[in-house]
Amino acid sequence: MEISWRDLLTVLHGMGFGALFMMAFSGAIGELYEAWSASPRTTLDPRGQKMLRLYLTGMVVIAWLTVLSGTYIIYPWYRALPPAGTTDLSAFPRSLLLSSPHTSGWHSVGMEWKENVAWMAPIVMTMVAYVYWKYGRGINKHPDMRRAVLVFTAVAFIATGIAGGFGVFLNKNAPVRGGATIQLMPGE
Amino acid sequence: MIMARARTSSTQVEPNGAGMAAILAAGIGCAALGIFDFLGDAFASVGRFFSFYAPVGTLSGVTDSAILVWLLSWFVLAKRWSGRNVVLGHCFLAFALLLVGVLFTFPPFIDLLQGK
Repeated sequence: MEISWRDLLTVLHGMGFGALFMMAFSGAIGELYEAWSASPRTTLDPRGQKMLRLYLTGMVVIAWLTVLSGTYIIYPWYRALPPAGTTDLSAFPRSLLLSSPHTSGWHSVGMEWKENVAWMAPIVMTMVAYVYWKYGRGINKHPDMRRAVLVFTAVAFIATGIAGGFGVFLNKNAPVRGGATIQLMPGE
Repeated sequence: MIMARARTSSTQVEPNGAGMAAILAAGIGCAALGIFDFLGDAFASVGRFFSFYAPVGTLSGVTDSAILVWLLSWFVLAKRWSGRNVVLGHCFLAFALLLVGVLFTFPPFIDLLQGK
């Protein structure tokens, strides 16, 4: 059982960071909604509030790691141009997708959207974490601001879903592969 | 000037200025991301300008510049609004900017604007 170095880093970007960040949204949206509710069913004690602060800060770190690894490690491999005369484009995902009208949309819509919209998530989540650190439960005194932060959080979640969803399909149609081979397990 | 100048009279309620500065700056950063993406796509010279790091191409300059705009606007707004209460109309401006950001990163929309 083998994977390539680029496989490993692509999995780290998509699953290690991206999917973890995506899953963390469900907790963040639920906790923020409840913590900032006008009549919360439960009141977070200081320890709970500290945990939510750390949770949001963790999300911010993961969000930045996701976009930075995607843009500066994976993307250069994805968009590398094949040498003239290359007929096997499997090591050049962007060129492979653009070589057929049946797959070109995955690049021209999927990757072109994903590579930009994904950056909204860390920007927005940094703001959300800052507002929670600054106001905590006190944001209930500013209901419009509370609503604004929740809407921004929902949009960041959607942007992450777009980036993650297209990322999966792009990697199914034209996987980023290459580099040193890593043997995970010997064959039978 | 739509900003309320008066400092809060209550010592119990944290003024909303710092939070609103963060929210509006996030909207500005997202809008900058979309607009820079559009400009880099529509004009080859802008696309070349944004190519700060060749292996990543235009995306490097688009995202780095948007982050710079976001952080600068946050710094300026926070300096102006911290410790004050500002009108909540800025929330709607922030939503509009967020929408601009989403629309201008959507390839079919920017192709439409360019008549492609």
